[in-house]
Formats: sequence, structure tokens, C-alpha cells
Amino acid sequence: MRDFMLKLGEPRILWPLLFALLIAAPFAFYPVFLMKLLCFALFACAFNLLVGYAGLLSFGHAAFLGTAGYMTGYLVKVQNLPPELGLLAGTAAAALLGYAFGALAIRRRGIYFAMITLALAQMVYFICLQIPQTGGEDGLQAVPRGTLFGFIDLADNLTMYYVVLAIFVSGFLIIYRTIHSPFGQVLKAIRENEPRALSLGYNTDRYKLLAFVLSAALSGLAGATKTLVLQLSSLSDVDWHMSGEVMLMTLLGGMGTVVGPVLGAALVVTLQNYLAGVGGYVTVIIGAIFVVCVLLFRRGFAGELARLLRPGR
Amino acid sequence: MTEILGVPLQVLLGQLLIGLINGSFYAVLSLGLAVIFGLLRIINFAHGAQYMLGAFAAWMGFSYLGIGYWAALFLAPLVVGLTGIVIERTMLRRLYKFDHLYGLLLTFGLALVIEGLFSNFYGVSGKSYAVPELLKGGVNLGFMFLPVYRGWVVIASLTVCLTTWFIIERTKLGSYLRAGTENPQLVQAFGVNLPLMITLTYGFGAALAAFAGVLAAPIYQVAPLMGTNLIIVVFAVVVIGGMGSILGAVLTGFGLGLVEGLTKVFYPEASNTVIFVIMALVLLFKPAGLFGREA
Amino acid sequence: MFRRLPVPLALVAALALTAPASAQVSDGVVRVGVLADMAGVYADTSGQGSIEAAHMAIEDFGTTAAGAPIEVVYADHQNKADIAATKAREWLEVDGVDVLVDIITSSVALAVQEVARQAHKPALFSGPATSRLTDADCSPVGIHWAYDTYSLAVGTGRAVVREGGDSWYFLTVDYAFGHSLEADTIRVVEAEGGSVLGTVRTPFPTADFSSFLLQAQASGAKIIGLANAGQDSVNSVKQAKEFGITEMGQKLAGLLVFFSDAHALGAEVAQGLMLTAGFYWDMDEGTRAFAKRFIERVGAMPTMVHAGVYSSTLHYLRAVEAAGSDETDAVLAKMKEIPIDDFFAKNGYIRADGRMVHDMFLFRVKTPEQSTGEWDLYELLRVIPGDEAFRPLSESACPLLGD
Repeated sequence: MRDFMLKLGEPRILWPLLFALLIAAPFAFYPVFLMKLLCFALFACAFNLLVGYAGLLSFGHAAFLGTAGYMTGYLVKVQNLPPELGLLAGTAAAALLGYAFGALAIRRRGIYFAMITLALAQMVYFICLQIPQTGGEDGLQAVPRGTLFGFIDLADNLTMYYVVLAIFVSGFLIIYRTIHSPFGQVLKAIRENEPRALSLGYNTDRYKLLAFVLSAALSGLAGATKTLVLQLSSLSDVDWHMSGEVMLMTLLGGMGTVVGPVLGAALVVTLQNYLAGVGGYVTVIIGAIFVVCVLLFRRGFAGELARLLRPGR
Repeated sequence: MTEILGVPLQVLLGQLLIGLINGSFYAVLSLGLAVIFGLLRIINFAHGAQYMLGAFAAWMGFSYLGIGYWAALFLAPLVVGLTGIVIERTMLRRLYKFDHLYGLLLTFGLALVIEGLFSNFYGVSGKSYAVPELLKGGVNLGFMFLPVYRGWVVIASLTVCLTTWFIIERTKLGSYLRAGTENPQLVQAFGVNLPLMITLTYGFGAALAAFAGVLAAPIYQVAPLMGTNLIIVVFAVVVIGGMGSILGAVLTGFGLGLVEGLTKVFYPEASNTVIFVIMALVLLFKPAGLFGREA
Repeated sequence: MFRRLPVPLALVAALALTAPASAQVSDGVVRVGVLADMAGVYADTSGQGSIEAAHMAIEDFGTTAAGAPIEVVYADHQNKADIAATKAREWLEVDGVDVLVDIITSSVALAVQEVARQAHKPALFSGPATSRLTDADCSPVGIHWAYDTYSLAVGTGRAVVREGGDSWYFLTVDYAFGHSLEADTIRVVEAEGGSVLGTVRTPFPTADFSSFLLQAQASGAKIIGLANAGQDSVNSVKQAKEFGITEMGQKLAGLLVFFSDAHALGAEVAQGLMLTAGFYWDMDEGTRAFAKRFIERVGAMPTMVHAGVYSSTLHYLRAVEAAGSDETDAVLAKMKEIPIDDFFAKNGYIRADGRMVHDMFLFRVKTPEQSTGEWDLYELLRVIPGDEAFRPLSESACPLLGD
């Protein structure tokens, strides 16, 4: 059994297998649910890039998800932009916001870094609440999905699913390449021992800022895509509870692992969706999972699984 | 009638007084948080839930056991403090050797569980808790009508804050604790039972939150979600004050109340957000907070 | 089209959809979906009570409609528009749910309106307040069953001014719902000859209104209008009492106060508060009978949301029976054709913009001396006839009305 699992875990078998599963998934599960899952998975992966690899915990990541979502939603609905430009604009907005946040927050470390990101995110929340373009508490509703590149009609759920899958895979590949590149190695070095990295001559602030912007941009891409999928953008996307949720997803799945955040996102989104019928216990269960995870499964699912299969690692 | 920036002086004074009253809540709450973080380096996200537990304990004491307000002021913090001790011993203790992040996540999860459970059992609308007989009614100060109870809140908060500050900064017990955070091995080598002190400190912090909850019960509805939005504001207060500083937290708490009060007059929509603007500014220019000790 | 496995069910469903409309109920079951807030701020106003109300309507109607059994499914949307939209979409497109009810919270309602429009299935809104549902965002399949911001504004605003409350100061919760409630009320107040001395925007949510109440007091207005809801209303009323504001002569007008809120406050604190509602349990034999059954099942008296869920579900089932199927257009046609006959919709009928017009009522909270029990809280001041209460079609921006 263990040997089988190990064999399964080999990259040349695992990745094609996962990919095949993802392609077949909409025939077994409801496509809109899967798309929502993929968006959150991308969000969690982007968050993980920052916390798991660069070692920077941000409390305000929802600001990127939501801002991009609102930007895309507004441009597509009110300015009639085609979806590909809308997505690009949303991602760019998140990247810019990420640059602004990063430039201000990078100077501090640890909990202070986290608190600055929280403060800035709360200000973004306030702006989103106040300006008329976002629709305030009502949210931005009835966002049309449009036609991609002029000929792909996104109104059909199945077509939209494959587009979202393509976006997710692209984002995931970007993160994967980043982690395994020299840039990624430097990030890990900074996470392990920043003074040492500094003494080796690396401009650590610049690396951290770049990681921050990348993470923000990809979170934005996730948010923009989510807006097109669900055809709405609401304040819960910029709320600090959303920042807490993505932390949970990453922790559950395994911080610092590649596939972990995807698993974590899958678990949390599934729970929220299917527990909706259980009545009021959703938050209790999510909280309990949080607690159990922190106490016993700090490495998250992916991490614990890896440890089980490769005890020496 | 004199006016400042278009607002009558009378109204302004009234607003400042109200700001001070609200500041008392922020002060007591951030005191508990500052004690826990400053001395234990634990980021206690369950603080809002512990505040709520204090208010509920007062309500439950009255509804089920006929325990009055004055007894509740002592008993509720005691009960919640005990639950805090249990939490520390069974769960938090295991996380000390890891990153602070895990303590935060654990307490965040606990808050979700506690608030969720209470929401299910008691409903979300909340319960009414009466103002104690002795403190009913109000005093007409000329520029406003001040309910006696609100005046009491300020007095009680100040007393608790000053007492706590005194204990931590001026007594031997406090000095052991402060030394323990800087060099645990050495302090333990001297025979001080540090783990016990840590446990008791966390319990004390939780008790402070509960005390604020009892104070709040007659004014705000006793509702399961009463602590949720308060918690990030209180965190902001502690960060602005400087996370190692008890005095900083208290002063900032009162200060924030005043600033918020003024904002409510001149730009009310922003009164929930002004604290975060201040926090961002403070962190940029004085990274350790206004009274903080390290960068 | 692709559906969930197993395939046989999918084939049957596909066949059912292509079969002649009047002969079939889709997949053989009439499914009512209750989208409620089970654990958030509106859990007592909606929540479990809405589910029970739907069950009660089905029990009163009978076990089958158009020959098919009736089922209830429910979900907690947690006041989040995206959870509600996803669930509604899944229900309507995949799970064979035929109609949605309750749908409390304005932002959720607007999202679900869109989903139901695309899926072409009826959505019967009893919970949310926003009058946009029958205005710019109206839909051929969406029916706003219970109250809305317009009727609340008209009801309370007009009636209060006529009773002598001609100068107002508003405490308005700072988001679209609050703004529109304030705007609608101001329009009515000024049309009746009253004046508005000022407004203050309170951030959402706020626990402490003392500062804002002081400003209202300083204005000297006879009436303090509370353009907020839920916990905000409860807190502002409680604190107004605490600061002696009502004792010093000013009156409070709650623009959206649910019965569950009034009960949470109690007669001692809320006495004298004026409010408009579409339902109160103690108005006549019909309402009392419903309330008695309701409180046995739920443990609390029903709010107008609960009564609306009962009424809309019952009327829907009657329409299905009359149409002989659950095909959307046929059922909606019957719903508009058959008069609504229950304890909730007094003189009720459905308009072209999706507004279910019915009488609304102006109440005042009793003093503790007047109140004989925990639930005996309202006295009726005025009946507001439906045609007077809701936005006239001539003022509506609904595209369905055609010009």
C-alpha cells in the first residue's frame, strides 16, 4: 500500500493524474461549485507563496481578492469591457495595491507586519463600503460573464469551467516555477534567516516586495475570476474574516507545501457549501477544525501525508 | 452658544465625555490583551469571545442563579479566568515552542467555536441585562444627561487599569513575570514556578476581558457576537500603544475613545475606520508603537 | 447539457423538461427551497422559524400538489451573497428545487433575484427590505411578498407626521439600505409638510449610539427616525432610553423594527416606539391561530417574515395545483390570477412589477402597564391600505412595465 502511494506520488504520475481528474470533474460535480473551489485554491496558493515560502504573514489578503473582484466586475458590467481585459485590469489593480501595501509594510517584521496589512486592508474595506461604484452592502450584482476573446461564450457553465481551470493552472504554474527558481531559493533563505541573507549581499527588502506583489497579483486574479464565475462581488470579499479564511485554508492544507493550499481550499469551500444545510453549526465546525489542526496537524494534510510516506524527509 | 468648527461647545463636551466612556472599555480590553501579549507573547484572538463570556456569565448568573450585578463583577471574571487557565494548560502550552502564528490561529479557532456555540444556544438577538438599582438614573450635567451607570464604567475601568499596572510594574510578582519573558531559564533557575505564572497570567488576561464584559452587559445587548468586531479594534489599540507596554495600551484605549468621539461628530461614517488609519501612521513612523520597547 | 450522475435521473429530468408543460411536475416532486439566515444577525427574524413556516404551509395545503409530493429543503446563506448565489444556482439548476422563499438580507436577495431570473424559476421574497427588487432590479420571476423600504417609509413617515411629529432627525445606518430608507422617508415627511432638521450616518455595525443620539437630542427635532435594522435598532432604542431622550420629550420612530427586536427590548425599554409592519400575531383569529401553532414549534412568536414565508409558500402550492404543473410561467400566471387568501395578505394581489400589494399596519409598542404578557407588545394605530403603502407603478423604474 505504501509503495503504491509512493509510486502515485511521483511527479510524472501524480501531475497528469490530478490534471485528468480536474478535466473530468465537472461531469461528476456541479461546475459552479468547482469553479468557486478553483478560485479559492488559487487564492490560497498565492497566500501560501507569501507565508509559506517568504515567511510573511499578511492579515489583509482579502483586500487583493476583493479589490480585483470589484474592479473587474465594475469594468465588465458598467464599462462593457470584454472579460479578458476585465480580468487583466483586476489583476493589475491588485498588483498595484500589493505594491502599495508591500512598500509600506515590508519595513516591519512579524506581528507588526501583519498588523499593518490588517490596517491597510480595513481602510480598503472602508473605501469599498463607501464608494458608489461597488454598490456598498448590496454588492455589485448581475455582472455579465461576456464572451472571451470575442468568440468563447462564458455563459455556459462547462465552458466557463475550462477557462477557469486554464487560469488556475497558469497561476499555479507561475507559483510553482517561482518556488523552484533561484528567486524562490532566496525567499526561503530570507524566511529561514534574514540577517544571514542580508549579510550575503541580497537586497532582502526587494525580494520580499516582489514576492508580495506577485502574491497580491495572483490573489487578484483569483478574485477577478471569482467575480465572473459567481457574477457578483460583495463586501465579504474584502472583509477581514475572508483574510482569516485563506489563512485557515493554507494552514489546513499545509503551509510551505505546493499542493497543500489547494487541498485546504477544497476542504473549506466544500464544508461551507455542504454544511449550509446543517444550520448554525458551520462556524463551530470550522473553528473546531482550526483548533484541531493547529494542535495536531500543523503540517496540514499535504504535509502530514508527505511525512507519513517519506519518514526520513 | 460658542461653536467650534460649526459644532456647539455643549455638544462637543458631551461627545468628549461619551468618548471617554467608550475609551474605558477599550482600555480594559486592551489591558487584558496587552498583558497576555506583553508578558506571554501570545496573540489572544479569543479575547472578544472571553469578553462575551463575561457578559453572558453575568446574565446567566442572574437568570439561573439569581446572582446580582455586584457579585457578578467578581464571579464572572473568576469563572472566565478559570476557563482561560484550562485553555492555556491544555492547548496553548503545546504551542510555545512554535511560531507565534499558531497561538493566534488556535485562539482564532477557539473564538469561532465559542461564538458559534453561543449563537446556536442563545440566538443572535441577544439578551437584556438590567442596570443595577444603585446605578440607575442619571445626572443632568448641563451640557448633557449622563447616566450614572456610564460614569461608574469610567471609575471601574480606571481602578482596574491602575491596579493592574501597579501589580505588573511595581510589585515583585510583576517583576518575576517581566523577567520571565526576557529570560525564562534564568528565572526558573531561581526557583520561580514560571509555567504556573504563565498560566495564571493568561487566566488573568481572560478575566480582564470578562470584567469588561460585565461592565458592558447593562449597556449593550448581551449577544454572542458582541466581541467579534471589537477584537480587531482592540488589537489596533494594543499595537498603537506598543505591544510590550501596559501603560501604552491603557492610555491609547482612552485616547482612541476620545478620537472616535470626535470623529463621530465631524465625519461619523469613518468612526469605525479612523483607528486603522492611526495604526498605519503610527506603525510607519514609530514601529514599536507609541510606548513600545522594541522595534 | 451536462448533469450530475447518475445518468438515468438526468434523462428523466431532461424528458420532464421537454414534456408538455401542463401535464408534468418536474422530476415528480414539488421542492420548496428556504434560503434563510440561520445563525447570523437575522437568525431570530428568519432562521428556523422560516423553515417551520414553510412546513406549516405544506401541512395546511395537503400532501400533494398537482399530483406530486411536496418537499422542503433549506440552507443557511450566512448573510453572504456569494454563498446564497452558489446555493440557489445549484438548487435551481441541478437539484430540482422549484421555488425559493424567505431570502432575507438585501444584498443576498439581489444576488438571488439574478440567479432565479437566469434559471427562470420563481423567487418569493419575504425577508429582504430593498425595494430595488420591484424597481430597477425587477424580474418576471421574482415576487416581493412582504414589506419593503418604501412601504416602511410611507407607513411610518406619513402616519407619524399626521400625528404631529413634523420635525425629524435621522440616525441612518451607512449603507444602501439605510440611505434608501432615509431617502424614502424624507420624501414622505416633506410631502406631508414636515421638516428634516438633520441626519447622521452611523457606521455599520455600531454598538454605541450615544454620540449620535446626543446629536439628535441637540437638534431639538420632535422625532428621531431610526433608519437602521436589527441589532442597530435594538441598541439605538435601548440607549435612547438610557440617556433619557424619550423622557425629555422626543419620540422614536423605528423605520425597520422586527417583532423579534421589539421582544428582545421588552416593553419597559421600547414603549412608545412607533413602527410599521406587515403582520402582528395578535390582530385577529387567523393570526392568533397561526401564532399559537408557530410558538409551539419554534418557541417564539412569528415575525412578518415568517408569516410571509407561510403565505407565499401556500399561495405557490395553490397555484401549482391550479396550473396542474410546476412549470414557471404557468404557475406565475396562476399566482397572479388567484386571489391571495390567508391571514397575512389582507387585500393582497400581485402586480406586474412583482410587488405583492397588501395592507400594512402602523403599530406602537405598549407601555408595561398596557402589556399583559411577554409577547403582548404592539397596539395598532392605523391600517395602511396596500395601494397607499407601496410605490405606485407610475413611479417605478421597473423595465418590465414597458413604456
